[in-house]
Amino acid sequence: MRGPRLFGAFIGRRLLRLVPVVLGIAFLNFLILQLAPGDVVDVLAGEAGAATPEYMAALRAQFGLDQPLHGQLLHYLWNVATLDLGFSFRHNTPVLTLILDRLPATLLLMALALLIAVALGIALGTLAAARVHGWLDHLISVVVLVAYAVPSFWLGLMAVVLFSAQWGWFPSGGMVDISAGHAGLARVLDVAWHAVLPACTLATFYLAVYAKLTRTAMLELHGADFIRTARAKGASEWRVTVVHALRNALLPVLTMLGYQMASLLSGAVLVESVFSWPGLGRLAFESILARDFNLLLGILFLSSILVTVINTVIDLFYGLLDPRVSVEGRPA
Amino acid sequence: MKRRLFFPRVALLAGLLLPVLSLPAAAQTQTAAAPVRGGILNVNVAPEPTLLTSAFITTMNIGQVSSKVLEGLVSYDLNLQPVPALATSWQVSEDGLTVRFKLRENVKWHDGKDFTSADVEYTLLNVWKKLHPFGRAAFANVDKVETPDRHTVVLRLSSPAPYLLNYINTYGAQVLPRHIYAGTDVLTNPANNAPVGTGPFVFKEWVKGSHVRLERNPDYWQKGQPYLDGVVFKFIPDAAARTVALEAGEIDVALGSSIPLSNLNRFADKSKYGINLDDGRYLSTIFLTQFNVRRPHFNDKRVRQAFAHAIDRNALLKVVFLGYGKPATGPVPSSVVNYYSPETRQYPYDLKKAEALLDEAGLKKGADGKRLKITLDYDAGGGVSGTRQAEFIKQSLARVGVEVELRAGDTATYLRRIFTDQDYDLMVSSLHRLPDPTLGVQRLFWTRNIIKGAPWTNGSGYSNPELDKVMEAAADEANPAKRKALIKQWQQIVQEDLPVLDLVEQTWVTVSSARFHKATAQGDGLFASYADAWLTPKKK
Repeated sequence: MRGPRLFGAFIGRRLLRLVPVVLGIAFLNFLILQLAPGDVVDVLAGEAGAATPEYMAALRAQFGLDQPLHGQLLHYLWNVATLDLGFSFRHNTPVLTLILDRLPATLLLMALALLIAVALGIALGTLAAARVHGWLDHLISVVVLVAYAVPSFWLGLMAVVLFSAQWGWFPSGGMVDISAGHAGLARVLDVAWHAVLPACTLATFYLAVYAKLTRTAMLELHGADFIRTARAKGASEWRVTVVHALRNALLPVLTMLGYQMASLLSGAVLVESVFSWPGLGRLAFESILARDFNLLLGILFLSSILVTVINTVIDLFYGLLDPRVSVEGRPA
Repeated sequence: MKRRLFFPRVALLAGLLLPVLSLPAAAQTQTAAAPVRGGILNVNVAPEPTLLTSAFITTMNIGQVSSKVLEGLVSYDLNLQPVPALATSWQVSEDGLTVRFKLRENVKWHDGKDFTSADVEYTLLNVWKKLHPFGRAAFANVDKVETPDRHTVVLRLSSPAPYLLNYINTYGAQVLPRHIYAGTDVLTNPANNAPVGTGPFVFKEWVKGSHVRLERNPDYWQKGQPYLDGVVFKFIPDAAARTVALEAGEIDVALGSSIPLSNLNRFADKSKYGINLDDGRYLSTIFLTQFNVRRPHFNDKRVRQAFAHAIDRNALLKVVFLGYGKPATGPVPSSVVNYYSPETRQYPYDLKKAEALLDEAGLKKGADGKRLKITLDYDAGGGVSGTRQAEFIKQSLARVGVEVELRAGDTATYLRRIFTDQDYDLMVSSLHRLPDPTLGVQRLFWTRNIIKGAPWTNGSGYSNPELDKVMEAAADEANPAKRKALIKQWQQIVQEDLPVLDLVEQTWVTVSSARFHKATAQGDGLFASYADAWLTPKKK
């Protein structure tokens, strides 16, 4: 069997190709951040209420900020190459520790949002296509349009006002009920309960995109030969829609999914802020304001790896969904 | 240089430049009811602190959390007079050169070790005097610290430091455990993130991005206290979400104006909420506009005086600060009762006078009705409230033919422009004046405090040797009456020259559930230990 070996080689090739991409991103990140006025020492001194110039100079020397730019850049790239993300002077903690503390929360939020967006989006799109130009289709169109147009932070706030303040169904923020101190299954349920509002809020925009895409793709397939064939051989309408049409309609959705991983990560900043979700997005935002560039570069670096890896995984999914797409690069 | 000055930072990242000091008639949460034992208090502080130790940093949000675990020698009442905490009594010698503290006995650190005079000596010499932004100035004159016994500390001063007793609470001079800090790098000691103190609450955990949890200290020196079983600080980055969390009962207290002023009307029902306007008296914060007097136009004091006449402080207070505060009359705020003097030159809102002064200074109106085009910098780091203040000033000045271009920057950008590049015309900011002018106000005007590159120094570049002399004399004057006279003269000079327009005395607003009570009101309530706080049990 040559399949698995080829598959392994493909993964290896793809991962190898990621290395220069990720290093390139790290390089650009570093240079772009140099354009921001002020440094972490300015912010520290500003917050402290005062500092002598000597004290500030000593801090800059300690943080390596007194080195020439090319020296700092080489140092940084070397660190990245050796997977050393450095130290956050502001938090007095290694960058990797800070990131790993926050990463699970963000991944959980992203995964849940994605799940909701994909599942609901595809369902709505399929439903709309099945009832094209019917009242259900129109209703879905309106809902989708609103979901697409409303900014997520506003939606989040409104959700909090309604579901937390008004009705008290869901907590307004946080990831766990701190005072309850749940463990085991109770904790899982508690986190899930806290995740409902933020995950749904983050999902709305993407849900709209997937619903639209699915609807369009489904309609395009409507008159396709293989659909007609399926009908001709007596497949039920349900089977035609789900097994034959939907599977093909998923390709553009998958493409979009790959694209949107990055924007999902940035969308998380706002949602995490509104819902006090202890994730990476907020940490990134705060590190910009604080000019904590070691931390910010670390987060950006990890995000770039995350996004590129997920894209690779999605490429693999193409092969699963559509046998014509082959990872082995054979012509179909 | 004898004394370092400093400037606390007020505009927090979350953009809560909030306001104001107001009438004592303000609703108080203090009640006469008997304290109830038990319950966990949920407190909101914004933004999340980066450390949990205030001993060498004055960031407000750090102090608000840290003060429940680590204590100072005293706290301050509503008139900003010291009240015993770790020190039970203190005397200053006639000549002002010796200060003697008697320390509380039978006090233990949370790890069981005894608290003694050695801890105070260590922290004073190695932390406050060396690293603390106020402490460097407040303790600059301390030559020697003596510890004749385990509960006595004697400070020997090189010259009198009449302001010293104003900076020894947990915010100005927090006592650290010597056995944990001695011989380490204080700034990077892990205990900074997991403090070991003498306070009513013991540090349990800090989940970054979420909360800090404190539990009752069963061995607290004040018998019967604390009443609460614990305190949880919840960090909610979004201001609107904080408002909702308070309404939903998920937090009981929102400290340090973390609820936007515009939302305070939702907490007007006294049967459900309490609003405390006294917690931040100690900070004595003033909202100001500062001129860069290096700019030729602003080197002419008539132009600065014209601007003062053109800005309606009362309207600013009403429109932007929604009435939370009072109009400022000079560099020393009225909350600093000892030294405040309103007998200075005042600049009532008067557009005609403003125009006349500008004409006199040679800034005539052009064909387009404009006299001057300038920029105004403000810190937009994360919030919108700074914007409204800047816009108000822009509109005010437009009425006298001065066109203002607003320049927003985040905190780092803003600090760089003003204190390093010195490339600005006007700026707005809110600055704590603190209870003593020598430490809190002098830094704004002192020639020797014009320090390129260091934030919150004399950023206007104003220099007046006559004023320098008055301020320096006041710093060393041990006689209270003479000192008062000097500080009055100082206020008069500043109000004549106006390198800075002091506009509004801001009030820090604490909003709480009506279930929250505190036995004693404090002028430094933002940094209260909460040993005397309790919660009315929830009705089932």
